[in-house]
Amino acid sequence: MAIDAYIILSAVLFSMGVLGVLLKRNAILVFMSVELMLNASNLALVAFARQWGGLEGHLFVFFVITVAAAEVAVGLALIVAIFRTKQSINIDELHQMEG
Amino acid sequence: MTNVLNEWAFIGVFFLLAPLLPSLPIAIAALISPRKPNAIKQATYECGLETVGDTWVQFKVQYYVFGLIFLVFDVEMVFLFPWALAYQQLDFFAFAAGLLFIFLLTDALFYAWGKNALEWS
Amino acid sequence: MDIPTLEQLNLSAAFPAISLALGTCLLLLVDLFLPKNRKYLTAWLALGGLAVSFIFNLFAYNSSTTALEGMFIADQFTGFSNIAVIVATAISILLSIDYLKRHQMERGEYYILLLFSATGAMFMAAANDLVVIFVALELLSIPLYIMAAFRPNDARSEESGMKYFILGAFSSAFLVYGAALIYGASGTTNLTEIFSSVEGILATQSASSLYLLAGTALLVVGLGFKVAVVPFHMWTPDVYEGAPTPVTAYMSVVAKLGGFASFLRVMIIALPALALPESTIAVWQTTLWLIAAATLILGNFVAIAQTNVKRMLAYSSIAHAGYILMAVAAAGTAGLGDSAAQAALIYLLAYTFTNLGAFAVAMVLEKTDGSNVTLDDFIGLSRRQPLLAFLMAFFMLSLIGIPTTSGFIGKWLVFQVTLEAGLIPLAIIGVLTSVVSAYYYVRIIVNMYLRENEAAVGDEGEALPGASQYVNWAIYASFAGTLILGLLPVLATNLVNTVNLATMFPR
Repeated sequence: MAIDAYIILSAVLFSMGVLGVLLKRNAILVFMSVELMLNASNLALVAFARQWGGLEGHLFVFFVITVAAAEVAVGLALIVAIFRTKQSINIDELHQMEG
Repeated sequence: MTNVLNEWAFIGVFFLLAPLLPSLPIAIAALISPRKPNAIKQATYECGLETVGDTWVQFKVQYYVFGLIFLVFDVEMVFLFPWALAYQQLDFFAFAAGLLFIFLLTDALFYAWGKNALEWS
Repeated sequence: MDIPTLEQLNLSAAFPAISLALGTCLLLLVDLFLPKNRKYLTAWLALGGLAVSFIFNLFAYNSSTTALEGMFIADQFTGFSNIAVIVATAISILLSIDYLKRHQMERGEYYILLLFSATGAMFMAAANDLVVIFVALELLSIPLYIMAAFRPNDARSEESGMKYFILGAFSSAFLVYGAALIYGASGTTNLTEIFSSVEGILATQSASSLYLLAGTALLVVGLGFKVAVVPFHMWTPDVYEGAPTPVTAYMSVVAKLGGFASFLRVMIIALPALALPESTIAVWQTTLWLIAAATLILGNFVAIAQTNVKRMLAYSSIAHAGYILMAVAAAGTAGLGDSAAQAALIYLLAYTFTNLGAFAVAMVLEKTDGSNVTLDDFIGLSRRQPLLAFLMAFFMLSLIGIPTTSGFIGKWLVFQVTLEAGLIPLAIIGVLTSVVSAYYYVRIIVNMYLRENEAAVGDEGEALPGASQYVNWAIYASFAGTLILGLLPVLATNLVNTVNLATMFPR
């Protein structure tokens, strides 16, 4: 089965995620971009798993999904904490430390 | 490659047609309907109240803690589905491994409970 | 697919890490029942858990076996990394007990997060599978994000946690995509199986070899972020400065231990044969030595400009990552994998003791009002606290790499393996930047011993804000480690004498 199309799509999604992290200033949008990168990886893993016919790729996807959920839970909690202190989640305003 | 594209061609046609259906009546209405604007018609809501104050309402952070706990437990279920599906073929050890995972989840649930994260105060 | 039996899983080989993981889960529940003013009990229980894991590790130390379906390797490499992780975590707990109380953030979760993170580092050092590396890396990192932001309502601490989180998540996404591409090329996530398929992939000249190259590059980016090498280092100074000091001390050591352990395993076990035809040098060697050179130069030169001690130590830790990366780069030459791994491990252990000691002394000088410890705070320390000043001077000399300290042994072995690999320019850069680094380390010694007659000098024997018995124990332990390793390096080299990552599968 030709999986090239899926790999190309996942590469495009991954690049969009990278650009999003680098260009977006709102912390939530940055998170969403990171999720896009992880899901691009998931797409590639599932496509490769289909190609090889093994279960390792699917297994990896399960772990990526759950770990991403744990990561997002921590990240959102951090955002709430920062919003309470600073009333803003713009990551450009995170510059208490310079040097 | 071409096979895959053929399968997706219908979706492509669908994406082209789908916007037409709602936009056609709107365009026709815009072309043939008479225009007599007045203050009431121009209001945001023809009936109902104007909003007062900031529309960025902050809601209780309680929702948040529940949301986060739900998120994590919900997603962990993905490991239990394969276990449940293969249940009939499992020997005792594989069964115990699943139980260990459930024990870890319960451990976390007890922690959340003990920290009063499950109380709506 | 067959379901493995208990014997096939060979759990006993993985017991040091498993026991710590389960013990931490139990501690999570036990902590609920400890009263708020007695959270130091959690710290003692955490130390007990580490001791149990340490004992299991002694039994598993000289084994050479795999566990959990080949996903986990129990060998000397694992055992040695486990020792370093356990010691570093124990010292960090000693540093934290009074610090948390003084800064009103004494909560039992702190120690539990610390132990979970240590578990992640232990699994990372033993991982023989890309899936395990990813999960262990996250288990190592996610608690660190929380601990960096642990000081409540403090904008700097929260900012530190947030920056670490965003860049950490970003880098693990690179790691996953790299792992996905390597899986796509080889059809397996197991490091040893990847090794056996690499040559076949390169021979076919298909798209798979492209996937393999791109995947390797993305893995290097992902792990490079974790261990903070140039150009993936920019988060380090801010995160280290904003995080509570014991957390900074911990993450400067254990995150690097875990990151470099996986780095070595991936490069030496899975990818040594990723080379051009007829070449004995892996293609990633050039990239890694360029990264190492850039890291050494930037880390050491920017550290000179710092006046804030935590920032200075942050850049110093970047520079040390560069020295360890020298060994990883040297592993790209055929036949040098094992000696490179041994050099890197000993360097990591030496760095563990010395860096924890340096951070501990900086912590002793830290006031509770949240102000930074600057180089000026060290002025006249030799008169106020002669012993502390002597220990700090010793740690600084070890960070430079003066003989009789552990830092010297680490650098000696790393330079040796770099020269054996024929990376002479890199070795020269390493030596020159070591000389540069002496400038900013010696400045602290000068401040402590030679600037006694200035106004800022306090009274003789004056108590310091962060001093406490536990912190002293931590500093003495770090000193003992640094000294013993420096005087009797044969102890450490004997501990790694059968590390065989590469010779398991001769090329």
